[in-house]
Amino acid sequence: MAETGEGEPAGAGPDYSVEASGDTVLLELSGDWTGDDAGPGHEQLRDACLGQARSPRRWLLAAAEGFRWDSRTLARLYHLARAGEDRGIELDTTGLPEGMRTLLGVAHAVRAGEVESEPQPPPLARIGARWLRRYDAVLDFIAFIGDGMVALLRFASGRSHTRVRDLFYFIDQTGPRALGIVALISVLVGMILAYLGSVQLRQFGAEVYVANLVAVGMVREMGPLMTAVILAGRTGAAYAAQLGAMQANEEIDAVTTLGLSPMEYLVLPRLLALVLVMPLLVIFSDVVGLVGGALVASGMEVNFSQFLYQARDAVGLGDIATGLVKSVVFALLIATAGCQSGLMSGRSSAAVGTATTRAVVHAIVYLVAADAGLNILYDKMGV
Amino acid sequence: MPDADTHIEVRDLTLRYGSLLVQRDLNFTIRRGDVFVIMGGSGCGKSTLLKHMIGLEVPAEGEILIDGQDFFKARPREQKAMRRGWGISFQRGGLFSDLTLAENVAVPLHQYTDMPAGEMRDLIDFKLALVGLDGFGDYYPGEISGGMQKRAALARAIALDPELLFFDEPSAGLDPLSSQRLDELIVEIRDSMGGTVVIVTHELASIFSIATNAVFLDTGSKTQLDCGDPRHMLHHSDHELVRRFLSRGEYDSRDREGGS
Repeated sequence: MAETGEGEPAGAGPDYSVEASGDTVLLELSGDWTGDDAGPGHEQLRDACLGQARSPRRWLLAAAEGFRWDSRTLARLYHLARAGEDRGIELDTTGLPEGMRTLLGVAHAVRAGEVESEPQPPPLARIGARWLRRYDAVLDFIAFIGDGMVALLRFASGRSHTRVRDLFYFIDQTGPRALGIVALISVLVGMILAYLGSVQLRQFGAEVYVANLVAVGMVREMGPLMTAVILAGRTGAAYAAQLGAMQANEEIDAVTTLGLSPMEYLVLPRLLALVLVMPLLVIFSDVVGLVGGALVASGMEVNFSQFLYQARDAVGLGDIATGLVKSVVFALLIATAGCQSGLMSGRSSAAVGTATTRAVVHAIVYLVAADAGLNILYDKMGV
Repeated sequence: MPDADTHIEVRDLTLRYGSLLVQRDLNFTIRRGDVFVIMGGSGCGKSTLLKHMIGLEVPAEGEILIDGQDFFKARPREQKAMRRGWGISFQRGGLFSDLTLAENVAVPLHQYTDMPAGEMRDLIDFKLALVGLDGFGDYYPGEISGGMQKRAALARAIALDPELLFFDEPSAGLDPLSSQRLDELIVEIRDSMGGTVVIVTHELASIFSIATNAVFLDTGSKTQLDCGDPRHMLHHSDHELVRRFLSRGEYDSRDREGGS
């Protein structure tokens, strides 16, 4: 690890001596500089050298017998040399061990110019710039949806780069593989609704209407929303991570330079898969939620067939349609948030993590906002 | 025969990935102070061998002794001590992309030393200057070129003045001049600080300019064909394939001589 002087007893600590003659200052290093107590820092050495002569021209470095060094020692001499350089002092290393001279030479050979940093804009400008970026992000999102629609039209007219195999792959990833988690969450949500409703309705002796509450609640609201939240965490995050990793790995660049459109080749199969699968998952979720509600209700003097009969009356085609329209809108939002933040990801592994987080957070915010908006719209339309 | 001169000894080593045989019957010795090159055609298991030497993969059979000690039989504390003496630069650098170059170099220093912050900063400045990246400490790996990333990885590998420097394909993706510069730098650091260097490469220029010792792995017979000084092997290897590889560097698996 380090050069060893010969024949000197080990154990002498790091030491140095300074001596001036004319405009030359001789700095002699001695002892073992490799231990835990690594000796004086470069500021101390510099001050010692500067204190010796009024206007030194040359610093002469030398090593005594038995001097031991490692790269910490080198780092100090390197900074000492730079301090000298700044003052126009020439550094002479001929007295140092061969290895030290080589490495000091290497380190000095390529001294880059100082890296310029841009001046910080004033605080008000920073706040403004931040809001402008937000505004741009919204425009980007809308533009992304627009690009997606154009790609969809091209796909429908059979002129796009989208591979049907990819579409089936993503349908498989998004749909069948999510059934388990969707079933679990839906049955629990159905049960929660039933408990909530039966406690309130019991006060009016109208317990049988718990079926209406569960059925309408699942079909219009909870089915689409819970499925969407699950898919935002499961599929939206996966899309962002896949595309982000592809960005980091220059795969997106490859797609572009091969003349393919990332929108058609990468985004459209994912988006389309989610839009196709989501309504089916929502119907599945509605049914499972009803079963969950019925299980709870049958423990509370509303038997199973009574529950289903009541539920059938409560839910009309309009209710089912509103739920399905929601599911399509949610699917578009989840896929767009996932794919867009994946494509916009930076090229580092940390950036991929950020993109995934952003995909899920954005998706959930969009979902809830869109849900509220659609409910208002449905109310105005009277459906 | 282990003696003070032997730094790494590989004995009857067989490498597998699952059921896939990569290499078998590897036997060679790396002397202290060697610049040892692991060479061979693409896909012959050079990098796999390196991964076994640095304790990332467990050998299927045989053993690798570093200073007479088998990494996989050592206790965790001894393993940590062994790792402290190693500097490793991976094929794609292995820099942490969410840390700046200076922070990357600081990771091993934080892990193994408790040096004061000011001194650590000075040491990091010096290591970066040594690899020609003076002033780039605040850049992230994604913001610099591939060659600079290689050099930054070297700066991190030599942060602790390692006794053993492992290098996987130092010149991959570099132009001949940058690659030569990096080779020279590795040798200069080895000459100045002491220590042993193990390099995986198939670059003939590197092999002849820096190697003092080498082993040649063959893809066909899945074992080592020859080991020793590559300049000697160039003309005197018993295997035509080794001579051809070293004289031309062209390795055409279609007219491979097979495992003679």
